[in-house]
Amino acid sequence: MSERIIGKVKRVNGPVIEVMGITNAEMFELVRVGNENLIGELIKLQTDSAIVQVYEDTTGVAPYDPVYGSSMQLSVELGPGMISTIYDGIQRPLKTIRDISDIYIKRGITVPSLDRNKKWHFTPLVKQGSKVSGGMILGTVQETQNLVHKILVPPKDSGVIASIVPEGEYTVDDAIAVLKENKTQGSKNLFLMHKWPIRLQRPTNKRLAMNIPLITGQRIIDTLFPVAKGGTVSIPGGFGTGKTMAQQAIAKWCDADVIVYIGCGERGNEITDVLTEFPKLVDPRTGRSLMERTILIANTSNMPVSAREASIYTGITMAEYFRDQGYHVAVMADSTSRWAEALRELSGRMEEMPAEEGFPAYLPTKIAEFYERAGYMETLSGQNGSVSVIGAVSPPGGDFSEPVTQHTKRFIRCFWALDRDLANARHYPAISWLDSYSEYLNDIGSWWQQSANPDWFNERAEIMELLHREVRLQQVVKLVGPDALPDTQRFILEVCTLFKNAFLQQNAYDKVDTFSTIQKQAKMLHIILVYWRRGSEAIKKGITMVNLRKMKIYQDVVRMKFTIPNEDLSGLDKIEARLERSMDQLEALHA
Amino acid sequence: MPDLNNKHLLSRREYISVDKIEGPLVFIRNTHPVGYRELIECIDKQGNVRLGIVLETSVSTVVAQVFEGTSGLTLPDTRVRFSGEPLTIAVSKEMLGRVFNGLGQPIDGGPPQRSDIELDVNGMAINPTSRQYPRDFIQTGISVIDGMNTLIRGQKLPIFSGNGLPHNELAAQIAKQAKIRGSDTEVAVVFAAMGVKHDIARFFTRSFEQSGVLGNVALFLSLADDPSIERLITPRTTLTLAEYLAFKQDMHVLVIMTDMTNYCESLREISTIRGEIPSRKGYPGYLYSDLAELYERSGMIKGYKGSITLLPILTMPNDDISHPIPDLSGYITEGQIVFEREMDGRGIYPPVAGLPSLSRLMKDGIGKGMTREDHPHLASQLFAAYSYVKDVRNLASVIGEEELTPLDCKYLEFGTQFEQKFVSQRQDEQRNIEQTLDLGWEVLRSLPVEELHRITEQEIEKYYGG
Ligand SMILES: Nc1ncnc2c1ncn2[C@@H]1O[C@H](COP(=O)(O)OP(=O)(O)OP(=O)(O)O)[C@@H](O)[C@H]1O
Ligand SMILES: [Mg+2]
Repeated sequence: MSERIIGKVKRVNGPVIEVMGITNAEMFELVRVGNENLIGELIKLQTDSAIVQVYEDTTGVAPYDPVYGSSMQLSVELGPGMISTIYDGIQRPLKTIRDISDIYIKRGITVPSLDRNKKWHFTPLVKQGSKVSGGMILGTVQETQNLVHKILVPPKDSGVIASIVPEGEYTVDDAIAVLKENKTQGSKNLFLMHKWPIRLQRPTNKRLAMNIPLITGQRIIDTLFPVAKGGTVSIPGGFGTGKTMAQQAIAKWCDADVIVYIGCGERGNEITDVLTEFPKLVDPRTGRSLMERTILIANTSNMPVSAREASIYTGITMAEYFRDQGYHVAVMADSTSRWAEALRELSGRMEEMPAEEGFPAYLPTKIAEFYERAGYMETLSGQNGSVSVIGAVSPPGGDFSEPVTQHTKRFIRCFWALDRDLANARHYPAISWLDSYSEYLNDIGSWWQQSANPDWFNERAEIMELLHREVRLQQVVKLVGPDALPDTQRFILEVCTLFKNAFLQQNAYDKVDTFSTIQKQAKMLHIILVYWRRGSEAIKKGITMVNLRKMKIYQDVVRMKFTIPNEDLSGLDKIEARLERSMDQLEALHA
Repeated sequence: MPDLNNKHLLSRREYISVDKIEGPLVFIRNTHPVGYRELIECIDKQGNVRLGIVLETSVSTVVAQVFEGTSGLTLPDTRVRFSGEPLTIAVSKEMLGRVFNGLGQPIDGGPPQRSDIELDVNGMAINPTSRQYPRDFIQTGISVIDGMNTLIRGQKLPIFSGNGLPHNELAAQIAKQAKIRGSDTEVAVVFAAMGVKHDIARFFTRSFEQSGVLGNVALFLSLADDPSIERLITPRTTLTLAEYLAFKQDMHVLVIMTDMTNYCESLREISTIRGEIPSRKGYPGYLYSDLAELYERSGMIKGYKGSITLLPILTMPNDDISHPIPDLSGYITEGQIVFEREMDGRGIYPPVAGLPSLSRLMKDGIGKGMTREDHPHLASQLFAAYSYVKDVRNLASVIGEEELTPLDCKYLEFGTQFEQKFVSQRQDEQRNIEQTLDLGWEVLRSLPVEELHRITEQEIEKYYGG
């Protein structure tokens, strides 16, 4: 603990503290406040005064209390041991805190983010005399059964390896190599871990095009509004419309290598839910527990507001670190509105000029900076890796015209709008097919066509068109009732209802339905379109809708999402064949 | 500069005047270094002590809010002492059966409250890794809750109501009837009244009395004619006792807090006086965090027997659910019971709106081994059908009932039955979960079996046919 006093407390206003008599301090320096050593960050610096935002409850802090400097920016520790761990907004491990504190989070606790005692099996990949530069791989540690943790040269370092340890067991603070630095010609120890300031984007070689989808297993997403690996998504929705459920479903089933789940200003029980459920769930791709690819960051709504502001950066920095190892990482941020509100509260206490609805004028810049850290990149070591960001937005009153939703919309490329009426009708996920969009469609189209369905573009377009025609027809129905429509048009309503029930609605609590492979999605969509194409021909030949609906196969189509398992889709082929046959029979009977 | 090392001695120092009084706030200049959120004592001319808390502190001025209000205080004759500590209350199990003011001082004429255990009313954030995910079903005996919006032990489930709607009746009925099957842990009710009238406090007291549970109830009353600022501390003292009973005395505690709208208005008042930048409708930007600090104190903890189930009541200004108070509450709580004035007008009690009401913890607490195997699908089907009823009613109001298809007419009939038979019940009527579910099937029978997409064939055979 540093004893360098950089100033004294002048004024306390909640988490914002004015410091006077500043001697030497640097911007964004990590500081400790008062006799309880509360963690804070220096966020404004004037000649002899400064503003510190404190990441813990400031009850009891008084004027003239000392403020200590650390000569270090607020940073995270990056190295083996992060996977399966739950951290607070400034990377303090919450399980360790529980062991030394009690059921509550006491103040002023200092615990290292990474376990200092655990030994990891390190296998070096470079030799003495190797020239290395930032981001290159020094060696590997098998962190979990399925995840090889690549030990990187810290991004800003380069030089020649003067020595490196042999394969063996090391802790995160055992020196594993000595680097003779190019810059200074001095020697520097390298470790299994390094630190990186959370507010600074980690460097890469370059951005690459995004043309591979992040498969989520959620049908409305993958089929209608897909997101690319490295992409950015916003999920806005009023309370209880399903933001958290959607993010948890994606965290469970998407095909990323690592998940960073940030609970930012939301409920404690939701974090507990993830903590109890994820370890029990099996990742269908690896056969291992889902927790073995997940990092949790929890700054729940009752935890200090300023740490909520930091939690988003803590999370994305960890994600970038795994990307730099050549992995595909998905970040869930629930909810970015709480982060924006934290900004607002801190800004208000600093008496800055507010812009819209009390938010500071720099809100859009901050949102842009955050989403800019997503992307599909070539890493410094020449590999490909990505960070996809999925941010929930909680608009007050469910009104999307508010600043956070609107500004976010400018910087994301995929928008999953949650609809209150759908949620009230228990149509889940309540993603509106009319207000949502994805700008990744064209980029990832060819991947879909190669991997699941050569006809994907057309079939997707066909069903989207039906959904849009349905809206117009519904307007007519609302005025004059459905009987006024001819059967050909009523059949559109009918097919859309079927599509909503059998395809769009997806029950997160059902073992089978909770996720669908893209192959299953493609087949299901195709079957519904067969029903549409054959059915409308039949109607033209004079067959009634009642007859169509009475076909026994209809009920099987409605239930196929529950009855046909992802592992064996032959059932869908059978349903399709039987559907064709039933249609043939119906037409034969009629003729 | 004063001696900084002896906070204890300094805490006895008395300042013999204040520099400014503005609403419930007092400003004191040139003090020793005073800690943020420290408890203060303001002594008025008559020698009466009023408690307050430090909202802002600096080398020059301390700003504090006085819970008992500042009326009657004068600048020269007000003396101030700083305690050096945050506000605490003494808690004990003997508080059950007693009545207190918002600060936790007895107002029932009984002996003063004594205890060795003094707790900071602000509480502390529960470490999410200490929490136990709540999943035990509470039977309230009320069909629309048990069947459709199941209450779970440790849940925070508010009632979104409106002026003049029977939210007090429902809360009292829940407090009276709530049962956890097969559990013998002691149950207590902790009740907080904020800015409500005397007759409402009396209504609750009488209702607890009649059901013979008054001995297990602690009441914290900060009524309409008490200083509005006291309301800000009332839920905190209440929850502090609840935490003590739940996690030190192993009790299952039901906390009822009414009316959260009054609490939020007091918060707005302070914020306005302090000249803070408002967010929506004049409410401070930290309203969300402030409410979360309260609501998140409910729940269950691993390794502890007790629990805190929270039932806040709030009246929606103008019946508007998008108003910041219900809106921000909804963003924090685990669902909501929403009242509908129109149903109340049709004489339906409890007037619980079918679609906007939701219990988020229901999924893990119902079904086989907890309520009954058919419960999840039945509830889901009732929701789906009732939501279609709303569409049909809208259509009927445009084209007339005569023009509806025969199927839609059946839905109308289902809607009526659902509201009259299932939702509607007497204020003293207690239905067990089997009765509730059976009623659900009974009303579903007004629909043809092909319409029941959400129910399995086995369930149809077993329950629908009968
Ligand atoms: N896919 C789904 N399957 C089943 N139920 C769902 C699904 N999505 C949402 N729900 C239901 O909706 C409820 C609310 O969802 P969720 O908690 O995700 O809302 P939210 O948008 O995160 O709300 P808040 O903003 O208040 O946090 C859930 O508790 C669940 O009952
Ligand atoms: Mg949520």
